[in-house]
Amino acid sequence: MAKPKIAFFDFAGCEGDQLQVANLEEKLLDVLAHVDVVNFREVMTERSDDYDIAFVEGSITRPEDEKRIKDIRAKAKLLVALGACATIGGINCIKNFMEDAQCREAVYGDKARWYPTYAARPVRAVVPVDLEIHGCPIDRAEFLRMVKELLSGKAPWLPDYPVCMECKQAGNICNYERGRACLGIITRAGCKAACVTEGAVCWGCRGLAPGANLDAARYVMEDLGGFSRREAQDLLRLFLGFSSAPL
Amino acid sequence: MSETTAAKKIDVHYLTRVEGHGNIVVEIDPAGVVQTCRWEVPEAPRFFEAMILGKRFDVIHQITSRICGICSIGHQLASLQATEEALGIRISRQTTLLRKLAIHGENLQSHYLHVGYLALPDYLGVGSVIPLASTHKKELTTLIGLRRLSNEFSQAICGRTTHPQRLCPGGFHKVPTLDELKALRKRLNDSLKALDAVVDLVASVAGAIPDFTRETEYVGLVHPGEYPLLWGQVGTSQDQSRPASEYLNLTNEYLVPQSTAKWSRNQAKSYMVGALARFNLNHGLLHPGAKKAADKLGLKAPCHNPYFITVAQLVECVHSTEDSVRILDELIKTGVRPEAPAPVRLQAGKGVGAVEVPRGILFHSYEYDDQGRICHADCVIPTNQNHANIQYDMAAITPLIKDEPAESIELKLSMLVRAYDPCISCSTHCLDLADRGVVWRKVD
Ligand code: SF4
Ligand code: SF4
Repeated sequence: MAKPKIAFFDFAGCEGDQLQVANLEEKLLDVLAHVDVVNFREVMTERSDDYDIAFVEGSITRPEDEKRIKDIRAKAKLLVALGACATIGGINCIKNFMEDAQCREAVYGDKARWYPTYAARPVRAVVPVDLEIHGCPIDRAEFLRMVKELLSGKAPWLPDYPVCMECKQAGNICNYERGRACLGIITRAGCKAACVTEGAVCWGCRGLAPGANLDAARYVMEDLGGFSRREAQDLLRLFLGFSSAPL
Repeated sequence: MSETTAAKKIDVHYLTRVEGHGNIVVEIDPAGVVQTCRWEVPEAPRFFEAMILGKRFDVIHQITSRICGICSIGHQLASLQATEEALGIRISRQTTLLRKLAIHGENLQSHYLHVGYLALPDYLGVGSVIPLASTHKKELTTLIGLRRLSNEFSQAICGRTTHPQRLCPGGFHKVPTLDELKALRKRLNDSLKALDAVVDLVASVAGAIPDFTRETEYVGLVHPGEYPLLWGQVGTSQDQSRPASEYLNLTNEYLVPQSTAKWSRNQAKSYMVGALARFNLNHGLLHPGAKKAADKLGLKAPCHNPYFITVAQLVECVHSTEDSVRILDELIKTGVRPEAPAPVRLQAGKGVGAVEVPRGILFHSYEYDDQGRICHADCVIPTNQNHANIQYDMAAITPLIKDEPAESIELKLSMLVRAYDPCISCSTHCLDLADRGVVWRKVD
């Protein structure tokens, strides 16, 4: 059987997810034995338009990006979104709220063409996506597992429970007990509560867990946790700006 | 044979093996006159400075981290410095040492990636690092091992290699254990031998480095006592040093039509930042092993050949490894203990952070309101400061090589830009709001 041809593309993002792929080090060599990389601008000069699997990093942030992503979609048999910018819009969606940010008021000059009238959005808001690998950045081990599953024709597995579950397993003290707001209560697991375990809070980079109860989350944050509406909103607008959470 | 007489057009649309998107456009007419020679930056802007307006001090570094995957630690450090200065937060000696390790770790990560995976293929005549798996298995394995160590180094100090979680205003959320530091010290010390092998490998292909010089102004942090990455004054080879807070008098950013990124100039018509600029300014303060590596690689200060940036990065790898071992010795001696981050008292204020990230000096400048929310922000990215210098280098070298075949011109120009290790996704994080007629006003 011919090796599947894979290609990497990036839109508005920091290329941190492609970097995680490069960071697989020796393990990357194993993957390379099973695929042909035909397009990876960050690391190789050669490029080709003939590919089976397209990995796409970054958000769609300009009307002209739509044409490019549709073209990639048309050429690829499978399209994989890589990282929060591509899967949920991520950090780029902060700019979608710029209009009502409290601390600023923009006064436009005649050259204000740059103003983001086009909202930043995840790939699936423009074309169908076959697989989403979450995180900001993606988790290397999870990437490896999901790609292996994909290559062997299995449906890649994703947890459908929230980060809180993994956080308990990791033996962390709950952030709410330490007086800090945390989005582990509604965020999709799979990172082993990486940020809480390293002493921080969950910022929600893996997107909403399926069936996340936003009303309950608001109750936990505002009524039980005592955080103001604005504090809760700050957190919900960090990565989850394109979801219904920050409304 | 017609190559010297036919018109030549070089259009590298999206230079590969660099981070972000940049184009090289060159046109040489049949008479051999260079008509066009342009370095273009068309990357989608991402508006980070506007995105952090109104956000609270404790998430700013997490947002600006996302400007760039490769320099995320450096962006966090510059961001934290600016925030800490604005809010009057004092950090402990332990935090300073751990942050110095953090920046060394990132320098190693980024430099190994650039020297080994992105630049070396040009010198070995291949299009990427992938074919080296069969032709240069041993060398590649050494490189991969070093790079894995640099990743694990960053992870041990910061929690994650990219967009790390442990750094925060006032210190660290979590610190490594003494045993982790001891293990790290041993591995870094042991890696000096492998690093030596890489120095030998690069020294063996150094003859292929294009012979081109153009003197320019070199800008970077300077400090009397060390080869500074985390703090110091802002120095230049042609002007007096100044504190980071006066960075605007140095960077003088301006807009050009061919680029969504801004350009910079100080005394000369352009200036250079990054490993070679740092080496030219501070080479006397390198650790002994790094000095030895520079000798082996034929790098002598002042060096005016931009292709030697890659070589200077390798010299810095030796230095960062040696300096990390020194810092680790100190931490192991004094012991490392969990510390609560320094307390924060909300106050209005301004602060500027200046950190030497892998590609050069990075400035973050913030103004906070009395609620601890940002009301003005400016970030000046290394690659932006280099764009004008890249352009002038291209303009200087193209006439010298115009008679070569188009492929060779293209390769040399690509190698030139690649030497700068441009981080283009960083550099177009924003457009200058003021220049576009936009004014931010605080509402509440
Ligand atoms: S998801 Fe995060 S790591 Fe990936 S491109 Fe976006 S900002 Fe970078
Ligand atoms: S803990 Fe939250 S923010 Fe951190 S990686 Fe997991 S989902 Fe993302």
